[in-house]
Order: sequence, then C-alpha cells, then structure tokens
Amino acid sequence: MVRPSLALRSGLWALGRCPQPTAPSPQRFLRVAALLSSWVVLPVNVWAASGSGVRLWLPEAVTTTAPDIDRIFYLILWITGAIFVLVQATLLAFLVRYRRRPGRRAAYTHGNNLVEIIWTVIPTLILIFLAIQSQRVWATVRGTPPPVDLHVEVVAEQFAWNIRYAGADGLFETADDLTTINQLHVPVRQTVLIHLKSKDVIHSFFVPQFRMKLDAVPGLTGRLWLSATTTGEYEIACAELCGLGHYRMRGYLTIETPEAFHAWLQAQAAEEMVSDTFQSGKGV
Amino acid sequence: MSFWRRYLFSEDHKIIGIQFLFTSLVMLLFGGLLAMLLRWQLGWPGQPLAFMEKLAPAGMPGGVMVPEYYNMLFTMHGSVMIFFAIIPLLVGVFGNYLIPLKIGAPDMAFPRLNMLSYWLVPPAILIVCAGFFVQGGAAASGWTAYAPLSTTLGPGQVCWIVGVIVLGTSSIMGAINYVTTVINCRVPGMSFFRLPLAIWALFITAIIVALATPVLASALILLLLDSTAGTSFFLPAGLVIDGVARATSGGQVLLWQHLFWFYSHPAVYIMILPAMGIASEVLPVFARKPLFGYHSMVYAIMAIAVLGFLVWAHHMFASGMNPTLGTSFMLSTLVIAVPSAIKTFNWLGTLWRGSIRLTTPMLHALAFVSMFVIGGLTGIFAASTPVDLYLHDTYFIVGHLHYVLFGGSLFGIFAGITFWFPKMFGRMLHEPLGKLHWALTLIFFNAVMFPMFILGIAGMPRRLYDYTPYAHLAHTVGLNRLMSVAAFCLGAAQLLFIVNFFWSLFRGRRASENPWQANTLEWAAPSPPPHGNFPAPLTVYHGPYEYSVPGRPDDWLPQHVKV
Repeated sequence: MVRPSLALRSGLWALGRCPQPTAPSPQRFLRVAALLSSWVVLPVNVWAASGSGVRLWLPEAVTTTAPDIDRIFYLILWITGAIFVLVQATLLAFLVRYRRRPGRRAAYTHGNNLVEIIWTVIPTLILIFLAIQSQRVWATVRGTPPPVDLHVEVVAEQFAWNIRYAGADGLFETADDLTTINQLHVPVRQTVLIHLKSKDVIHSFFVPQFRMKLDAVPGLTGRLWLSATTTGEYEIACAELCGLGHYRMRGYLTIETPEAFHAWLQAQAAEEMVSDTFQSGKGV
Repeated sequence: MSFWRRYLFSEDHKIIGIQFLFTSLVMLLFGGLLAMLLRWQLGWPGQPLAFMEKLAPAGMPGGVMVPEYYNMLFTMHGSVMIFFAIIPLLVGVFGNYLIPLKIGAPDMAFPRLNMLSYWLVPPAILIVCAGFFVQGGAAASGWTAYAPLSTTLGPGQVCWIVGVIVLGTSSIMGAINYVTTVINCRVPGMSFFRLPLAIWALFITAIIVALATPVLASALILLLLDSTAGTSFFLPAGLVIDGVARATSGGQVLLWQHLFWFYSHPAVYIMILPAMGIASEVLPVFARKPLFGYHSMVYAIMAIAVLGFLVWAHHMFASGMNPTLGTSFMLSTLVIAVPSAIKTFNWLGTLWRGSIRLTTPMLHALAFVSMFVIGGLTGIFAASTPVDLYLHDTYFIVGHLHYVLFGGSLFGIFAGITFWFPKMFGRMLHEPLGKLHWALTLIFFNAVMFPMFILGIAGMPRRLYDYTPYAHLAHTVGLNRLMSVAAFCLGAAQLLFIVNFFWSLFRGRRASENPWQANTLEWAAPSPPPHGNFPAPLTVYHGPYEYSVPGRPDDWLPQHVKV
C-alpha cells in the first residue's frame, strides 16, 4: 500500500527537490515496482491481446511426437519457473532485509566452499536429468523413422513451396509424379517422410502444430518424418530468412483421412492431365 | 601537445576509452532508433509513418515500409548493436579505461597499438553504413549473413562484410594489448588472485577475442570472395537464383554457419563476461562486503570461456546436421549453464548479510543480475534440442537474446558508466535523475521483451515483415502494438540518461578521488587521473574486496594500504 505522503515524497525526491527521506522507502518502492513490472505488465498485455478469446500459447499438437516435445517444454517451464521465483524472491528479500541501517555492519566473509559445492552439484544434476529426457525425444524425432507410408518431396524456393508426390511407382522424377505449389496434403495416422530441398537459398519448413521445423538447405536433402493424429487445415511458415518475400512464403497443409487424401491426389492428377492437354495441344 | 595528439590521436588509454565511449553511445542510440522503426511496422503493419517518406523514399515510399527495408532494418539493428555498440562499450571502453588503472600501471603495454585499435572503428562504421547510400540499401541478410542469401544481396551487403572485417581487426589489436598488459604490467603485490574480478573478466574476454575473431575474419573473407569473385566456398552446384542458374559448385552451405557461429557464440560471452565483471565490482562496494566466492567466480569465468567454444552448433539444431551433433552440442550447452548459475548464486551471496546502499550503479548491477537470470533460464529451453526445433527462429529466441544482451550486457554497461563516470570526468552524475532513468528503463524493457516469449511459444517466427496473414498470429496485433508503445517509451526514457550525462559533464558536482569509498587502485588516483595515472608506483597488500573488516574504523580497506 502506498501512502499519499510517501508517493509525494518519492515524487519530490525523484525531482531532486528535497533531501533524501530517512527510510529508503522511495528506493525500495521504485525497486519493487520496477522488478515486479514484468509480472504486472505481462498479464495486462496478454489480456489486451486475447480479448477475442484467442489462444496465446502453444497451438494444438497434431502429430504423435508433438506431445513429447510439449512434455519436455513443460518440464523445463516448471523447473526454470521455480528457479526464477526462488532467485528473484531471494534477491528482493535480501535487498529489504540487508539494506543499510545505522549501527549495523556488513558481515566479513569471503565465501563458503561447502555451499559452492552444493550449488554446483544440484544444477548439474538437474541439467543432466533434462539432457536425458530431451535426448529420448530427440532420438525419436530425428532418429530412424518408423516404416514410411508416404514419401513427399518439398523443394523450397524464393518464395514458394514446391510439393511433389511420387505417384503410383513410388519414385520421384518420373512421369506419374504429382506436383503442387504451396498445397501439402497428408493422410492422417500414416507415417509421412518429407524430403526437403532448396533451389536457391536456405528456407525452413515450419508447422507450429507439428512442433517441428527443418531447414531446407541448398545442396542437401533433409528428412523430416511425421505421423499426424488429427485432421484439419494448418499453415506452413518459412522459418529462415530467405529474402524480401520471406514473410509471405506461406503454405497450406491439409491433414485428411486416407480416402480423402487419395481422392484429392486423383483430382489433382486429373487437373494436371487437363492442363497438360491444353498446354501441349495434344489429345488424351 | 597539440589538440590532435592530446585528444584525437591520443595514446593515453583513458582518452582512448572515452573515445570508444562517445562513439559507441552514439551507435547505441542509432541502433535503438532502427529498432523503433521495426517496432512501428510490427505494431502498425503496413501503416504509413509520414516523416519517414522524406528520410527513406525508397524504403518507405509514402511512409509505408516495404519488405526489403524491414529486412535491412533488423540486419542493421543487430549488426550496429553487436559490433558497434555492445562490444566496443564493454571491451573498448571498460577494457581500455580500467585495466591499467586497476592493476596500478601507467598505461597499456602498447599505447600506439591501442590508438590504432580505436581509429579502425570509425572507418568500420562508415564502411558498413555506406551501405545505406548504395543501390539496394544496406545489408539485409540478418546480422547472421547466412549464405547463399548473403552472397546475392548487392553492394550494401559487401559494405557490411568489409566493415566487419575492419572492426574485427580493431578487436584483435585490443585483445593482444589487454592480455599483454595484464600479464606484464601489474604492480608489486598484485598477484593474479588479487586482481579485481573486472580485470579477470576483461583478461579472459580478451583471450576469447584473440582466438575467435580471426575465425570470423576468415569466414568473412571467404564470403566476400563468394559474393564478388565467383568462388564457391559456400555455394553448391545447381543453384537457381532470380531465375538464373549459377555456375557455382563444390561449396557447402552449412560451412558458413559453422565458421560464423564458431566466432559468434564466443562473441556472446565476449558481450556478457565484462558485464559480469562490472557487476562483481559494483555489488561489493555498495553491499560493503567482500565478493562471495572470489575463487569460484574466477574459475566460473574460465569455464564459461572454455565451454563457450564448444557450444556453437546449438544455433544449428534445425539445420539438418547429423543428429549426434545435436546431442553433443545439447550436452555442452546445458553444461555451460552451470558456471553462470554459480556466478548468480555468488552475487546473491555477496548481498547476503551486507549493508546495502541502493545507488544508481548498484541499481543497474542488481537489474543486471535479475534480468540475466531470466535470459539464462530461457536459454535452457533453447538448449534442449527437441524444444529448440519448435522455438528456433521464433520470438522466444528474440526475447532470450534481448534479456541477455539488454537485460544483461546493457544494464552492466549502465552500471559501469554510472560507477566510473566520476573517475573518468571528475564530476558526479545527478543521482535522482539516474534512478528515474533506471526505473523507467527496467519497466519499459520488460514490457517490450517479456511478451516476446509468449509470442514465440505461440509460434510467431522472427524476421517477418508482416505476420498478419498467418491464422495463428493475426490476433497478436494488439500485443505487438503494446510492445511497440513500450519500445517508444523505452527510447524516450534514454533521453534522461543523455541529459544526465551531458549536464553532469559540465555542471555535475565535483568528484573526489574516491566518492564511493572503494578499494581498488583506480580510486587511489585523482578524478580524472593524469597522464601516467599514479605519481609513484603503488604496492598491493591484499585482495580487492576487503570491506567491513572487523576491528577497523572504516568499512573499506584499499588494496594499496598496508594493515
């Protein structure tokens, strides 16, 4: 609670117009106010932004591995959150408890070896634990994928995603390939392996709902596997600066049932045949 | 001595340090203005900003920003802040000013080399900023200049490459000077373990600079050749850019990233260790208590420096490199959190049972500790490889880096400036104005930067000129706008610092030799010290943090005073 007289004294003191009040209250008030600022300002910001009730947190998780990543995220959030509260509270408590007071001298001590060992070992143990937990998920998402049901090639360029399906023969760069621009469809509950390439500069294939991104590096073919759990329509964002069109390199991802997926593939094939016919002037 | 030799081409480390100070503060302001333009576009996407039409007719026609200009703005904001503000402020100002004074020496080991190392900086700035005036504008590849994009971007990008090479040369010269001076020029009694922590920090930082910067210089030369001479160090076969098939072949795109980050990760430790050193100087003085765990603090600095060379590829977790590398770099990155944690606990230990005076330098040092904790803890999210696959290249990382670079480095710089201003200029800064600047800076800094973590968690990528087309981001305009308003207020609050600095320079209360009643040797010299610093060489009898020694009437005991 801030008494009016304290506020007035703080204001006048801040203007340098009156001698420093005897109690360090204005400094402490400012200090507490300043340090607590983020914890007050943040909820205000979030409330202001989410007035429409829209989510300002992790988007929904739509693959088998996304919840694993979320689990590690929350694990780190709780651990670092607890440490954050502990450290900041200790800092504030010390500033209040050990402020300069007449007749009291500071303690003369250069440290304590036992305490050094304790606060070296405990963080190390926590971090080893996090490393082990993280490694398990890393090995799953970047290790050998499960048996692959569908191969898709995605070639990034300035500023679009070129999608290629292998067609019935299962091989890329053959006559029965199907290509789209910016339209990626995948069947739900099947293992999809994306072969990621780039024509020009580095891009990065990012779907927030997968919790996954992979850079499209010229000269390399990256491999990203996923198994979607929910149908729906999502967006692909480019997550590596690739030039002036980086911000509009948006792709469209549709996760649908295998039947709908195959129907879509056939519809796309038919469209391509029609447009090929028109373009080449040949009959079917 | 003529004006030129005395003030402009001085070989006195103090004058050189002050030259770095003025140059770098101007660049800090410039970098801040670039950021505010960025925040305009983020808060009001596509809206015209009337007065910019005259200043940037190509980049903001009719006052509306075009995407290329946005890309240039964040590139130059990062580059100016890192290369021309933070590094010169921490290494150039405090390294130059403090090292000879705090070890009792009359000057650096190589005064002429020192003068050269400053005088490479203005040309470096001019070369990089020449990019603003060439066709296509200044560099727009991000400060990270990833190939192949950075080889395709025109003369402004080339200016950037050359200017940074020049700046790197300046850094290497300074580093050699600092290391030699600390090893060779300490007065009798100043053993290594009686050195003030700031000197340890600057000494080890200088070693990092000497080892890492040449790698950056080499990488930049290769990039320059790829951009201008048709070589293919970073360019593989088969590239088709702007519809033109390139004749390059044999290059490795990721090689640039390895070389760049091999320097740039140690660079972030170059930007934090001196600030940690400053905090370790300021906290004991205003808690009137010895630094807690001096030896641990020194070993922690060494550990950070060594480990800092072993973590670079954590910037490349999403690049598709071998997963085993992901594991090894995750381990080293998590481990480097330990020495930083040790330092944080020792700072708290320094405050424990102290007699704390909340002066302006102390407030900045405390803000440094508090904000650095947030920056460090958020680094743990990024260190975990699977989590980083989500957070990489999102605003979470932008928040993390600003908490360590502004919350950490810049508050450390403010602590250093407000603490040593009396020594440098012989006058005191206005204390109440300093406190007001501190409070407003802390509040508005958090208001801009903390929401970035939320935006990153919500999946907002960084370096996006316009995020509103994305379904999951369209509703974040309100939050982005609030952050932008906070950024403008943050910028305005710096006027208080500017006013305080210049007013106090001419009208501040005259400072005594030792206004803070501190122990280290610079406080035994006049404010400001004359050329040569000390009339006669001092002898050191004990460590730098003998405060509140029992049985003594004063609560401080300078290093050169025999008990």
